[in-house]
Amino acid sequence: MSFTDYDYALFFAVIIVVLFIGFISFLWRKPKTMDDITEWGLGGRRFGTVVIWFLLGGDMYTAYTLIAVPGVAGGSGALAMFAITYGIMIYPIVYLMMPRLWTVSKNRNYITVGDFVKDRFSSPFLALLIAMTGVLAELPYLALQMVSIGYVMQAILLPVSISLIIAFLLVAAFTFLSGMRAPALTAILKDAIIWGVVLTIVIYVPIHYGGFGNIFATASSYTKTTKTFSPLDMPPSLALGYVTLALGSAMALFLYPHGITGTLGSKDVRTIKRNASLLPLYNVLLLIVAILGIAAVVANGAVFGTKGQAATSFAFPYLIKDLFPSTFTALAYAAIVVGSVVPASIMALASANLLTRNVYVEYINKNATSAQQARLSKFLVIVVIVAALIFSLTPAASGYVIYLQTFGGAFILQTLPAVYLALYTRKFSKYSIGVGWFVGLSSTLYILYLLNFSGSLYAPIDYMYVGIFGLILNIIAVLIMHGISLMLHKVKDEGIIENSELDSEF
Amino acid sequence: MNKVIKGILLLLPYIFMVLGFSIYNRVNPELGGLPFFYWYQLLWIFLAAGLTFTIYTLESREYDRKKVKA
Repeated sequence: MSFTDYDYALFFAVIIVVLFIGFISFLWRKPKTMDDITEWGLGGRRFGTVVIWFLLGGDMYTAYTLIAVPGVAGGSGALAMFAITYGIMIYPIVYLMMPRLWTVSKNRNYITVGDFVKDRFSSPFLALLIAMTGVLAELPYLALQMVSIGYVMQAILLPVSISLIIAFLLVAAFTFLSGMRAPALTAILKDAIIWGVVLTIVIYVPIHYGGFGNIFATASSYTKTTKTFSPLDMPPSLALGYVTLALGSAMALFLYPHGITGTLGSKDVRTIKRNASLLPLYNVLLLIVAILGIAAVVANGAVFGTKGQAATSFAFPYLIKDLFPSTFTALAYAAIVVGSVVPASIMALASANLLTRNVYVEYINKNATSAQQARLSKFLVIVVIVAALIFSLTPAASGYVIYLQTFGGAFILQTLPAVYLALYTRKFSKYSIGVGWFVGLSSTLYILYLLNFSGSLYAPIDYMYVGIFGLILNIIAVLIMHGISLMLHKVKDEGIIENSELDSEF
Repeated sequence: MNKVIKGILLLLPYIFMVLGFSIYNRVNPELGGLPFFYWYQLLWIFLAAGLTFTIYTLESREYDRKKVKA
């Protein structure tokens, strides 16, 4: 494919505009000072329904999503729909959990979930474990954003490493400067471009191929060439794997630091509850790109990732350049690239906040002022982004990044009792929750080891998702420990947060 | 709003997505060229959003009524 100079200019112009907005967003609702952890780290908790919709949407439906979902569809077919099944199951959890977490965080001025865990269990150490699980789960996710747009850069013959380094150092710089205002404001532009591009493609594609029926029928004819590809439905043997992966991913999403941090930036409970009904609209976008992955198989004339074919991650870029003039392709590729900017910014920011609040303030300098915390977090954003860059550019590591992200999901799931259970009861002690965390994490690791770290569905138990397997053992361990506490008459109200402090305003 | 009803409504998507898998994991009937597996889930995107929206609306009204009384 050949990009003209004009196409390259358009591609870079879109990216530069988005980065520029990131840099000037500190002017938006300008606070007295950015040297304040609530202002810098949470945008002052002032974002309303529309901004939060863009922020959380932009933060969760990422460049990786735009590459990976069509990629799975182009390589395995209907399996990609797990992303939609999972999307449907996210929001009832959000509705039940996030208003409570927001309410107590607002009143007690918490910045991270670790702050909540610390006071709920009176345990800085449990908070440290939960915070570090979050950071470790977040890093590969952040690296994955970089690897994803690397495919786009490769497709248009840009030098990948140097382009990634420049792009993400700029992201680090504007996050340093503008804090959470940067991902919030850039998300609006980024999503406008992505929705525009995806809707254009989905209108054109069925017209071009004579309807969705034709696309599925043609793609189905390739099932004979490869055993693992089935575009229409799932093989029944994968039923448990499919639903546990979807359920586990749904429960994990709002345990990730970027999900929680974005939510805590809301200005009130209504903002969160409204978004529990508005954010699902993004799942329509996801369903569209899954179908576009099937269309890419038709365009390619073969299933992706099979012998002699391009890697599955090229499915979406391939479809675009195959069907559209180079100018539109330039715009669409730029959309994928800017799709990584918002999540990268907020993921780095959320990780930095955890390190500052639950490691530095807790263990190094208890008397750090809000200004000192903000300055440290700003610096840590750069550290986190550089770490992710090293991760994604090391050939040995980058090949495994996609697996690491699945592991990340399984790991973060083990923090569920410390957060979601704790939002509804204060009867479990830090020991019960801590032992559960350890059992969940070590059993997850053990199964991953049995799988040679090359997948996350465990065949001997009907392809169950390892994260769910770990979570079940985790909860059993919590209950056994709790049973022992009951027998010893040690059960009491834990921590310093009253249950009534969690009841949201409505 | 009754907590049990709220709980059941919020549980519905999980029942239909997890336990209902063998029901929706099929190709026919198709709709607009989309296999059942796809359009059933497209429908559920809106149903699940509708459920949270209904609960939000009911809770919100109840809250406003209480506020007026107080």
